Amino acid sequence: MPVSDFQAVLGLEVHAQLLTRTKIFCGCPTTFGGEPNTHVCPVCLGMPGVLPVLSGQVVEFAVLTGLALGCTIREKSVFARKNYFYPDLPKGYQISQYEAPICEGGGLTITVDGREKHVRLTRIHMEEDAGKNLHDVSADGSSGVDLNRAGVPLLEIVSEPDLRSADEAVEYLKALRSILLTLGVNDGNLEEGSFRCDANVSVMRKGATRYGTRAEIKNMNSFRHLRQAVEFEVRRQVELVEAGQPVVQETRLFDPDRGETRSMRSKEDAHDYRYFPEPDLPPVLVPAAQVARLRAALPELPRARAARYVAALGLPPGDAAILVADRATADFFDATVTLRGGGPEAARKAANWLNGEVARLVNETGLAAGAWRLTPAHLARVLELLDGGAISGAGAKAVVEEVFRSGADPAAVVQARGLAQVSDAGAIEAVVDRVLAAAPAEVERHRSGKKDLTGFFVGQVMKALKGQGNPAVVNALLKQKLGGG
Amino acid sequence: MALSLDEVRRVARLAHLRLSPEEEVALAGQLSAILDHVAQLGELDVSQVEPMTHALAAGDAAPLRPDEPWPCLTPEQALANAPARQGTCFKVPRIIE
Amino acid sequence: MTAPAPSPLLRLSLRAASEGLAAGRHSARDLTEACLARIEATDGRVGAFLHVTAEAARAAAAASAARRAAGRALGPLDGVPLALKDLFLTQGVPTTAGSRLLEGFVPPVDGTAVARLKRAGAVLLGKLNLDEFAMGSSNENSAFKPCRNPWDLTRTPGGSSGGSAAALAARQCYGTLGTDTGGSIRLPASFCGVVGVKPSYGRVSRSGVVAFASSLDQPGPLGREVWDAAALLQAIAGHDPADQTSSSRPVDDYLAGLEGGARGLRVGVPAEWFQGGLEPGVEAAVRGALSAYQRLGATLVEISLPHSRYGIGAYYLIATAEASSNLARYDGVRFGRRAAGVKGLKELYLESRAQGFGAEPKRRIMLGTYALSAGYYDAYYLRAQKVRTLIRRDFDAAFQRCDVVAGPVAPGPAFRLGERTGDPLQMYLADIFTITCNLAALPGLSVPCGLSAGLPVGLQLVGRPFDEAGLLTAARALERELGPAGAPAGLEAA
Ligand SMILES: [Mg+2]
Ligand SMILES: [Zn+2]
Repeated sequence: MPVSDFQAVLGLEVHAQLLTRTKIFCGCPTTFGGEPNTHVCPVCLGMPGVLPVLSGQVVEFAVLTGLALGCTIREKSVFARKNYFYPDLPKGYQISQYEAPICEGGGLTITVDGREKHVRLTRIHMEEDAGKNLHDVSADGSSGVDLNRAGVPLLEIVSEPDLRSADEAVEYLKALRSILLTLGVNDGNLEEGSFRCDANVSVMRKGATRYGTRAEIKNMNSFRHLRQAVEFEVRRQVELVEAGQPVVQETRLFDPDRGETRSMRSKEDAHDYRYFPEPDLPPVLVPAAQVARLRAALPELPRARAARYVAALGLPPGDAAILVADRATADFFDATVTLRGGGPEAARKAANWLNGEVARLVNETGLAAGAWRLTPAHLARVLELLDGGAISGAGAKAVVEEVFRSGADPAAVVQARGLAQVSDAGAIEAVVDRVLAAAPAEVERHRSGKKDLTGFFVGQVMKALKGQGNPAVVNALLKQKLGGG
Repeated sequence: MALSLDEVRRVARLAHLRLSPEEEVALAGQLSAILDHVAQLGELDVSQVEPMTHALAAGDAAPLRPDEPWPCLTPEQALANAPARQGTCFKVPRIIE
Repeated sequence: MTAPAPSPLLRLSLRAASEGLAAGRHSARDLTEACLARIEATDGRVGAFLHVTAEAARAAAAASAARRAAGRALGPLDGVPLALKDLFLTQGVPTTAGSRLLEGFVPPVDGTAVARLKRAGAVLLGKLNLDEFAMGSSNENSAFKPCRNPWDLTRTPGGSSGGSAAALAARQCYGTLGTDTGGSIRLPASFCGVVGVKPSYGRVSRSGVVAFASSLDQPGPLGREVWDAAALLQAIAGHDPADQTSSSRPVDDYLAGLEGGARGLRVGVPAEWFQGGLEPGVEAAVRGALSAYQRLGATLVEISLPHSRYGIGAYYLIATAEASSNLARYDGVRFGRRAAGVKGLKELYLESRAQGFGAEPKRRIMLGTYALSAGYYDAYYLRAQKVRTLIRRDFDAAFQRCDVVAGPVAPGPAFRLGERTGDPLQMYLADIFTITCNLAALPGLSVPCGLSAGLPVGLQLVGRPFDEAGLLTAARALERELGPAGAPAGLEAA
């Protein structure tokens, strides 16, 4: 029986690193990288006698995220200890939330193949990240422990098993990422692991009501990996069921080199984490006034924004979706459009440039929006020069690229690089006359209708104008002179 | 309530304690005696009672920590008590994942 | 061999020593040298100190003397020699928690209470003996050496802050800090004839104190007299941003009203604390103290704490569960003992912990792990927390009718070394009267109230949340009426 007789059932668990300056339970910086054990203190080293000191910013970010996702915010949530031994876990327990997480319920809507789908969330909770184990740090094959990352704040966002395909899983992850980026609580970086996801995957026969046994897949650090891993795992489980073999509940690791998932040898004991309320931290209180304040501070969320772009500015839905994926880009777009008068025409042009040339430059440089030297005022100025015919399309590209890299004033770039377009009809006419006079044979052939040599003449004129002639003027003049008129 | 040796071993595994056979036997007896004493808690009907999970009254807690960095330890300080180190890492036997 | 005649300075209370400093009758150096000589002469027999920091103490005394000479003395503790249970982290000074696991561990920073004592100008003499990780009631669980009761060297000083009480009774210092999770300040204070205060949960920062059971632990002072303990508490109490379970309530002035007496005080006497099992000498001393309160104008109110008898059960589940988790960090990776010659990571954990922990921590880790493990949580840990609520409600109801609760600290006076080591449950029952105070997060203290066959007996007072001031005033009234326990004779004779 083929895969199509089966239904995949997926739920995602996302761990998102919060963009705080300090760790969740101590004042060490969350800065990435650095020499091992340079961003540590007695608290995040788990030394004897030290206590966790919760950051208020982490709670604010958690509540903000919960509100954006329509969750219920608990007035009183409780931290819990999850007990297990591992070298990257300094205290022998992770401080997380268990029975009373800060956010519950809620969900988000995604669009797959033109259909809308609501994916419910189970919960969102706050917890600390572990450190990092480094392998083969010495000749004898020993491992090393670096606790710089230990205690970095995470939100764990758990979905219900509402997703039914790899496409839906990828869309869900993209939508969630874009919401977190919009809120400014996470940098969305899958490669570096500051936005990571585990997938719970099971299969059942279509029409069945009971879910199959699920496997938890880890180690997917791109959307492509998620898709590959889910597709592989669904195939694997269907084959097992078809062969009459059981699916084992286990944790599996995605191997990006082979595009496969494989079993992590199950630790010798079934995990018994012995959760209990963290006695070192009082319950976290979120009064109604704080919820109201954060609700009022919620930015426009990506789906609402995209809908507004389509309805009010006439953007194609695809273009709108790309713009809103990242709040800084959308803000850039809004500012540019406003500077250009705010109409659909301005919006279409700004969107084309942002999703085209600017996106290309972003890909090339890897610069996040906000880190560009190009400003909305810059782009608006370029569009203005282009619309007014002062530069050509090609010239505009060159200007944008230079400004993107250097932050220089567009007009100055046009000047310095001699990109000003010649639109003066008189000047162009003189050149056209010169070109036609120099090529009487070609003029004759063209006029006799033997061959359309318009392209040849345009090329000659442009060459004489060093590429800076306004094509519209050049074309109009040539047509006028050659057309026998 | 008598604790079996198997139970003692299961708990020791969870707690990452290596016990000698003598310790296992002694603990089975001692823990059983303590659990017998503890069993008296079962006399009470606590179905309507909220657990006291925290000892500090909620209103007594101070505001949360502001998001301002504090000074870190130097790697020398961080590693001063380490039984073994490699560079600025804590060194442990090879970890097999 | 006879010990050199002890300096008369050693007979002073902390208060008298402090007043003498202010009056210029003696210097911080005099006090410090007298204490160091006393430690030298007596500690071989008492075993109160695990580590003496003589040089640092002399330097601190000199600095204090210089401040005083310049007219910049810091307060009543400036220049006064004190010592700390070896559970308090001390920067640059080994901190063992009484465990082989932490042998050689040197903290990079001071704990909050220690830092506050230093800021008050105190001279710190060193680190005091205790039961391993504060787990015990006799100090016999110290991994290094037993501590003995200065009143009778064949007996225990009580635990777990045994060294803190014994050092005071042996006149080796003027005040100490201990910690109290189930009675670990009050029991040794009672056994050694000194005053020991277990503050309300959250009154003193736990930051920088090696954790035993986080929801029950509370650091507190011990002194030879009530004033001494009050002055020490004043120095260490108050909110600490490094401990979010430390209360933000303002701290009362513990010394201002200390001589307020007991007139009009309603002393609650719980029937459950006098039912059977009390050693007659202890009962006589405690009842004597209650009569003394009546003489002082207080009234006795019969109260009931019906859930008291469930205290031990609830305590040993909650304390061990939290301990099993708190002691997970001792894994031989970042600090502390690592077993030699281990092959893999798993071995490293198992062997380091097997070799490092003594029998009592192992027993408690096992019990706590069991109580939290899958399938048992509701029946044990959760139920114990609900019983905890009932115990707190008992006290809330009692405090509708009385201002303090009074009773024995322990069923008997100091017992003999080795007498109970074979039977952990018997040992646990020593804490039967002190444990409910920790479970209910209330302040409690032990104040000497007489002798039983030549051994000190303490009266336990338990107060309303954060009413340390009222508790200390009540204790001071009794102390003035009965006089302090006096000094043990045994040490000088040896
Ligand atoms: Mg998690
Ligand atoms: Zn830190």
